[in-house]
Amino acid sequence: MKVGFVAGEVWSGLRRNLSMALSVILVTMVSMFLLGMGLLAQRQADTMKGYWYDRIQVSIYLCTENSLQANCQGRAATEAQQESIENQLKAMPEVKQVFHESEAEAFERFKEQFRNSPITGNVQPGDIPQSFRVQLADPTKFAVVTSQFERAPGVASVQDQEKVLKRFFQIINWITAFSVFLAGLMVICATLLMATTIRQAAFIRRREIGIMRLVGASNWTIRMPFIIEMLVVAMLGVGLAVGMLWLGLRLIFNLGFNRVVLDKALIGANDVWALTPWLFGGVILIAVLTSLFTLRRYLRV
Amino acid sequence: MIRFDNVTKVYPRSTRPALSDVNVNVERGEFVFVVGPSGSGKSTLLRLALREEKATSGSVLVAGHDLSTLSARKVPRFRRGIGAVFQDFRLLPGKTVDQNVAFALQVIGKPASAIRQLVPETLEMVGLEGKGKRLPHQLSGGEQQRVAIARAVVNKPQILLCDEPTGNLDPKISLDIVHLLDRINRAGTTVVMATHDADTVNDMRRRVVQLDDGVVVRDEENATYLAPEGDK
Repeated sequence: MKVGFVAGEVWSGLRRNLSMALSVILVTMVSMFLLGMGLLAQRQADTMKGYWYDRIQVSIYLCTENSLQANCQGRAATEAQQESIENQLKAMPEVKQVFHESEAEAFERFKEQFRNSPITGNVQPGDIPQSFRVQLADPTKFAVVTSQFERAPGVASVQDQEKVLKRFFQIINWITAFSVFLAGLMVICATLLMATTIRQAAFIRRREIGIMRLVGASNWTIRMPFIIEMLVVAMLGVGLAVGMLWLGLRLIFNLGFNRVVLDKALIGANDVWALTPWLFGGVILIAVLTSLFTLRRYLRV
Repeated sequence: MIRFDNVTKVYPRSTRPALSDVNVNVERGEFVFVVGPSGSGKSTLLRLALREEKATSGSVLVAGHDLSTLSARKVPRFRRGIGAVFQDFRLLPGKTVDQNVAFALQVIGKPASAIRQLVPETLEMVGLEGKGKRLPHQLSGGEQQRVAIARAVVNKPQILLCDEPTGNLDPKISLDIVHLLDRINRAGTTVVMATHDADTVNDMRRRVVQLDDGVVVRDEENATYLAPEGDK
C-alpha cells in the first residue's frame, strides 16, 4: 500500500461525495461543540466551587439580650459559653480556622459595608451579635459544625453560605446535563450520518471495491481509504468545534464578564485544550468503529 | 491446477442445483472451454473456482488451495494468483487505460517501479501500445476487453478465468480476443473460458467441457460445439 495511492483515493473519494463529507463535518462540529460546552460548563462549575468554597464560612452567631431565638432564652451568651464554643471549634479536625468577631468589630464592618445607606444611623453597637467565623478544611463538612452548635448554649443561629451556592450549582448542573444530553443526541446523529456517508461512498465506489476484491487486495487496503476519509472529515469537524469553543470562551466569558473580580473563578483556554484530546479521541474512535462496522457487508468474500 | 470433485452448488432460495455432482480436472497449461446454454452453470463453475461462491458439497481445489477450507482471510492472497475477465469488462471509467491496469497492482502493494515496468509491457502484449492515456469510453469494445485482460494478467497469474469474454463483441473481434487468450495460454497460463459462442470454440479446437442444467454432459479434447438454437 503506497501512501500516495491511498491519499489519491481519499481525495477522489471526498471530491465525489463532497456534500455528504460536508454534512459530516458540520454535524460532528455541532455535536462536539455542544459536548464541549457541557463539559466546559461543568468545569466552570467546579472551578467556581473551588473558588467559593475556599471562601465559604460558617458563621455561629451568639445570643444577645435582644435575641429572639428560643435557644437564647432572652439572655446574652456568657463569656464561659463563648470560651467553650471557641475551644470546641478549635478541637474539631474539620475546622481550619476560627476567628471571633466581637460586637464592636461587627458594628464597624456593618458601617463600612452600608456606609452609603441611611440604615446605619439606626443601628447601634450591640445590635449586631458577636460571632465566630469558621473556615472549614473541607467545605462540604459544614453539617458537622451546624449540628454540633445549633442547639449549643449561647448560640443564636448557625448560618452557612453553602446553601446559597448549592442552588446556583444545581442550575449549572442542569445546564450541563441538558447540554450533554443534546450532545449525546447529536453524536448519535453524527454516527448515523457517518454510516450513511460510508455506505454511499462505498456504493459510489462499488466498481473499485469489486475490482480490488477480484485482484486480491487485502481487506485493509479496501477499508483504508474509507476510514481515512471519515477520519479527515470527522477531525475537521472536531477541529472546528474546538476553535468555536475557544473563540466562544474568549469572547463571551473572558471579555464579557468582569475580569477583575472573577478572574480566578473563570475557566480559560487551558480548559479547552484539556478537553481537546478527549473530543478528538472520542470522534476518532467513533469514526473508525463506524467505518469498520458499515464496511463489513462490502468486504464479505 | 483446477480440480472439481463431486461438486454440487445450490444457491439459497433455489431448489434446483446450479451445479450437480460436477467432476472436472484442468491440468497446468491447459486451455479449456466451458460451454452450454445460459443458466447451464458455466458462471457458477467459474465463481466457485474464484472463491466468489462456496460449493454446497464436494471439493474445489485451485492452484494448490482447497477452497472449501480456505479461510476468508486468505482469500485475497489466493486471488492474486488468479486472473479474471468478464463479459462487461469491469473497467473504471474515470481512470485511463494505464491507471486501470496499474490499479490492480497498486491495491496489492506492488512497488511503483515494478508497476512502471509491468503496465506498458502488458499493454504491448495485448496490443494496446500507445493507448495508455485513453479513457475506457474512448476505446472500442474489443479494446476495452483487451484492457481488462491486461489487468487480469499484469500480475502474471497461473490461472486466467474468463466468463463470456466475447459475449458483448462482434464475431471478428471475438476471434481476436480468443487468439489473444490463446497466446497468453501458450506463455504458460492455464485458461478456462466460459462461452456459448460456438464460432470461437470451433475455431480453436481445444478441450470442451459442456454443461447442461448443471451437469457435465461432455468433456472432450479438440472438440467443437454446436450451440442449441436460439442461444447464440
